[in-house]
Amino acid sequence: MIQLPAGFHLRRETLARSVVVRRSWPVFLDLCVAGILLACFYAIVQVARYWNSSPRTDFAISLSPHALPMYAFFSIVRIGFAYVLSLAFALIYGYIAAYTPRLEGLMLACLDILQSIPVLSFLPGVMLAMVALVPGHQLGIEMGAIILIFTGQAWNIAYSFYASLKSIPRELTEAARIYNFSPIQRFFHLELPFATIGLIWNSMVSVAGGWFFLMACEMFILGSRDFRLPGLGSYLQTAAANGDFRAITYGLLTMIAIIVATDQLLWRPLIAWSDKFKFEQTESSNRVSSPLLHLLQHSSAIRHLRQRTLRPISELFYRTSHKRRAAQHLQSASNSRVQKMLRYVAAGLFIGIVLFAATHAIVLLREVRLRQIGMIFLGAGATFLRVFAALLIGSAWTIPAGVAIGLHPRLARIAQPLAQIAASVPATAVFPVLLLAIVKAGGGLGIGSIALMLLGTQWYILFNVIAGAIAIPSDLREVGRLFRFSTVEKWKVIILPSIFPYLITGLVTASGGAWNASIVAEYFRLKNQTLSTFGLGAQISAATDAGQFPVLLWATIVMALIVVTINRLLWRPIYRIAETRYKLSA
Amino acid sequence: MQPAIIRAERVEKYYSQPSENRIQVISPTDLSIVQGEIIALLGPSGSGKSTLLRMLTGLSTPSAGQVYWHEAPIQSADVNVSIVFQSFALFPWLTVLENIEAPLKARGVDAATRRKRSIKILDTVGLDGFQAAYPKELSGGMRQRVGFARALVVEPEVLFMDEPFSALDVLTAENLRSELLELWHKKTIPTKSIFLVTHNIEEAVLLADRIIVLGRNPGHIRTDFRVNLAHPRDRKAAAFTQLVDYIYKVLTQPEAPAPALPNINGRRVRDQREMKYQMLPHARPGGIAGLLEFLLDHGGKSDIYRLADDLAFEIDDLLPIVEAASILKFLTVTEGDAAITSLGAEYANAEILRQKEIFREAAVENVLLLRQIVRALQSKSDHTVPEDFFHDTLDEVFSEEETVRQLETAINWGRYAEIFDFDSTRRRFTLPESALAEPESAFADASEAEEEKDKQETGL
Repeated sequence: MIQLPAGFHLRRETLARSVVVRRSWPVFLDLCVAGILLACFYAIVQVARYWNSSPRTDFAISLSPHALPMYAFFSIVRIGFAYVLSLAFALIYGYIAAYTPRLEGLMLACLDILQSIPVLSFLPGVMLAMVALVPGHQLGIEMGAIILIFTGQAWNIAYSFYASLKSIPRELTEAARIYNFSPIQRFFHLELPFATIGLIWNSMVSVAGGWFFLMACEMFILGSRDFRLPGLGSYLQTAAANGDFRAITYGLLTMIAIIVATDQLLWRPLIAWSDKFKFEQTESSNRVSSPLLHLLQHSSAIRHLRQRTLRPISELFYRTSHKRRAAQHLQSASNSRVQKMLRYVAAGLFIGIVLFAATHAIVLLREVRLRQIGMIFLGAGATFLRVFAALLIGSAWTIPAGVAIGLHPRLARIAQPLAQIAASVPATAVFPVLLLAIVKAGGGLGIGSIALMLLGTQWYILFNVIAGAIAIPSDLREVGRLFRFSTVEKWKVIILPSIFPYLITGLVTASGGAWNASIVAEYFRLKNQTLSTFGLGAQISAATDAGQFPVLLWATIVMALIVVTINRLLWRPIYRIAETRYKLSA
Repeated sequence: MQPAIIRAERVEKYYSQPSENRIQVISPTDLSIVQGEIIALLGPSGSGKSTLLRMLTGLSTPSAGQVYWHEAPIQSADVNVSIVFQSFALFPWLTVLENIEAPLKARGVDAATRRKRSIKILDTVGLDGFQAAYPKELSGGMRQRVGFARALVVEPEVLFMDEPFSALDVLTAENLRSELLELWHKKTIPTKSIFLVTHNIEEAVLLADRIIVLGRNPGHIRTDFRVNLAHPRDRKAAAFTQLVDYIYKVLTQPEAPAPALPNINGRRVRDQREMKYQMLPHARPGGIAGLLEFLLDHGGKSDIYRLADDLAFEIDDLLPIVEAASILKFLTVTEGDAAITSLGAEYANAEILRQKEIFREAAVENVLLLRQIVRALQSKSDHTVPEDFFHDTLDEVFSEEETVRQLETAINWGRYAEIFDFDSTRRRFTLPESALAEPESAFADASEAEEEKDKQETGL
């Protein structure tokens, strides 16, 4: 589900990452990251090339509504696994990044780039590698899908955790140190609680992103091979391919039902519960309430359960950890030399492997002919124009709508829940339907792809604009009324400057999302025919289909470079202006 | 002489700079904490009070020198101290009881004992009945009581307090102070020594058996003396006010030249007083004008201690203003008395435009940084200079944080006196139109219109 306004500041935090750490040697670090990623890509492709068995993949997807609950269940399990994996990764990665000064810069640069890389172009490599690693057919595809969803949702959670760790007030850390908290006690008493709110909001964003990718990777074709998994995504794709509108409706309804249920049964209780982790001095008046949470908190069965299980375990733990530390006190610093040596050897090995694989990836790159590279860049231009058009159209309707909703509480009460539901449906699920309609009306994929980008990303802009409009202080609006500002003046002097930082936040997220969506949007298989339009996304998909890894690698690199460059050169400076000049709070 | 619980030997703190210089925060200092005394550490902001406290607790490692805990190096010792923090530093997601139990958990105390000790200490600090409350439900005074309870529950040998009362209102602070004294004198708590960092002179004289006053640039001990007044101390007593007055004098006295600092490892340690930049006190022009007007109303001369009392200012708030006024030669300070100069009197009596003019002349005359900014602006053809230019120069002399504050103050003064304009979006200094030469006036007008627009927009 796409974010409610209350959580917008987290995404702003994500953007303002440069504020948290002043990085030294940015270019060098980026080069390191690029090297590591090249190496990873090469490794994946190599594993994939060993794959020569052919698993049975062509089982039929049933379009009967009776199959839906089972499919929905499979999809949910997939997302659940991927999410747990992401969370575990995020906690470990964030922790290491925050507490290892030597690696901090590199790890952050890594996150920065991974966040902007088109995940979908890793789809074929990951799939092939997984199938090769796990010869028992379906399991390999299953794991591939999970890993792919994972790569779509882990980074922002990791970044949020890192940022939280870095912003823990100094005196709290000092209190933990002066009272000799063990690392685990510090984690559960200080670090995790402090990071909880950020983790929850980012998890919501991530799981929404997970649905987007799930739809795309449950069913796809690679060369002559057809991969499919039983799930909601493949159900919807099959339904669209057959033009079965009844099945499409059922599928979409199931999707919406799942999303609403997750919101009510999972996120709302979590948000209500996380209220106690708010780091504020006074109690706020408006809080999210959740009947389910109330029930859980007041259930004596659960309280008993906790007292029987968690309590004794933690007690035992505190006692032993104290003893262990006391023992450690005596025999510290003896084996530090060996450790140092080991660390150097490990670092050397790591660098060696990265260099080896990266050079091989570069060799792979050289297989592509110059003309093809030219086409890739031309395609990048076309996709750039499409992304630009999508952002423009998105802003054109969301700014007035968002401001209207934000300034009129009564309208907001009706419009906001509707918008939230609309936003929560993954664009990839609706896309087949939309495309059918466009094709019927005589349009092509050129328009269709812009429509998909719009579908996936306009909500980021809308919700941010709403949040910005709500935050306009009423005295500013009163000044406008007092001096009888004309409508144009009101927009120019009050509204646009006030929502500017929010708008930029929305646009940044939307722009990244649109680039990623282009991979799905510009190349689509519908009713046994392949629709495609000229663009970078189409080139990535086509290379995937044909198994042309060198082209795929080139196109992926170009897209990642464009996204990162736009972020660095365009969004970050604008964002800084927004933060300094148009910030409303003193 | 009793054996020291904590003893610091030639501890110092400095930050290395990329260049040859390094920034000395605290110069080599010796200090012991012995049993049975309350020590108060006083000093102006920037004198390294908190840094010293953190080195003494082992939280921060000195750049040189060593801290000993019962004569063993503090890093490897099993230290038993607590800190009461200015911001309370309670965990907002834990209840009062859980907050107090947390340090005991860390020590592996079993659940039943933990609870017993926590409840007992809650009782001692007057918090019974609040066990299940969350800190945010409590008032500031109550929260600091929790802070005290958490610090005391581990029965520390030395209790450190980092400005524990300064976030509280006057009455609450007074109440907590007297309760603390009572606990200490009745030996309700097993604590052997208390070390209090404060910027409130009266608080120090009220509580302490021994007072240490720090000077700054770099931080060093100015004076270290015992207070032999009987408890309870009377704020109105002559001995009490004399002592307060004495400390004010120490704090405001122009410093005697310190002996030259040695070379260490081939690197010259530069004392900030040798630098060409004086440290700008962080005062606003409005505050300076206000102080001068107040002084004028009181006959042009006053004891700084009395001044602070009349204005209900604490020393950290008042001293920068006094210092700023004396740098600008608006007043002179001798023996803790501030006397207004004729320039200061003219400034205080002038109307606003004339005031700015006087301030401008005085500032450019007396403040090197402002003079340099003006000179740089005049010598550039486009009359603008980026902030970074001065940032890098100042960086050599001040710490990163202080550099930012120095520039902030300079910008504040410069804008007020219309010495220059500062574009906060582009982080650039520009010369105001009035100071630009004639031939460029057309250009200046255009940019003025733009400036106006900028102001409107930023004003929003």
